[in-house]
Amino acid sequence: MNDNPLIALFSYFALLSLFAVGGANAAIPEMHRIAVDVMHWMSDRQFADSFAIAQVSPGPNIIIVTLIGYHVAGFAGAAVATIAMCVPTCILAFFVARTWDRFKDARWRIAIQAGLVPVSLGLIAASAFVLARSADHNVYAGILTATTAVVGFATRTNPLWLFAAGGLIGLSGIF
Amino acid sequence: MSSAAAAPPVNRPSLPELFRAFVIVSISGFGGALPWARRMIVEQKGWMTAEEFNEAFALSQFLPGPNVVNFSVVFGSRFGGAPGAAVALAGLMGPPLIIVTVLAVLYARFGDLEALSRILAVITAAATGLLISVVAKMAAPLFQKRWDWAPFVAAAAFIGVAIMQWPLPLVFVALAPVSIGIAWMKR
Repeated sequence: MNDNPLIALFSYFALLSLFAVGGANAAIPEMHRIAVDVMHWMSDRQFADSFAIAQVSPGPNIIIVTLIGYHVAGFAGAAVATIAMCVPTCILAFFVARTWDRFKDARWRIAIQAGLVPVSLGLIAASAFVLARSADHNVYAGILTATTAVVGFATRTNPLWLFAAGGLIGLSGIF
Repeated sequence: MSSAAAAPPVNRPSLPELFRAFVIVSISGFGGALPWARRMIVEQKGWMTAEEFNEAFALSQFLPGPNVVNFSVVFGSRFGGAPGAAVALAGLMGPPLIIVTVLAVLYARFGDLEALSRILAVITAAATGLLISVVAKMAAPLFQKRWDWAPFVAAAAFIGVAIMQWPLPLVFVALAPVSIGIAWMKR
């Protein structure tokens, strides 16, 4: 820990981002290992709390890196950790997307794209399943999940209304 | 699929529209931004067809790093080059960055998460439902096409990760080449 904490934050998260195939949820265990076990930036409890805060906040769940960065080095740490997690992969995504669009009609590109879509869909479905198993720990949560799924699929209602209604019920203490 | 990919999108966003759209996606995106991105781009604005969205998201998912963040870059660059990518990314990450920093300051001061964990339970339950509805919507084009094999690949990916609980990168490395190979031969 003799290093400048900002440099340590940047190098860890930039490296992690490039290996985080599968997105935020796939990267959480490695993040925990670095922040808690290797660098001793925070306790187990603080990490769990950061995870909860990131999930309650709107936006991508990867925002947990902002909280870890803030914990380590204040506002500068928050900014550096967020940039490290997003910028390297975004630069890669930018160049891949441009190449991808340039070869729009190439046979290999069409095959790769057609092959990736069903795998992608299966993986999203799997994450919904894993989420449901941890979220629906009582009958009210299960009903809320099912209601949101049906309303989200069958209507054009803004789902935030369901979130709000669910939130009021949640604060009343049933959950 | 080639005809759908070649068809021009119905509308094209300007840079300010792009920024505004991703700000709304990000501040609505409790429990994950994917359902909100699809709602905005496919259902409300008509910037992409359902199939184009699936393809762009699949690409984003297999690049390393956060999926929705990659998606904002893939989507933004398609409609506005480098400035479009930067604007979409800034719209997606800016507001949550501010919100979560405020929460971090509050947490450092108060540090009591009991109310938060109850809110979290509700958000997760509702967000799960929303994600299920999006999976159903994204699956629809798969079953309408004559790619008879696609639903089996999707089911295999689901079983590998959700039921067998194999590591996601492993399932991907095993399945993607098979799926791409079938797509290549079917064409």
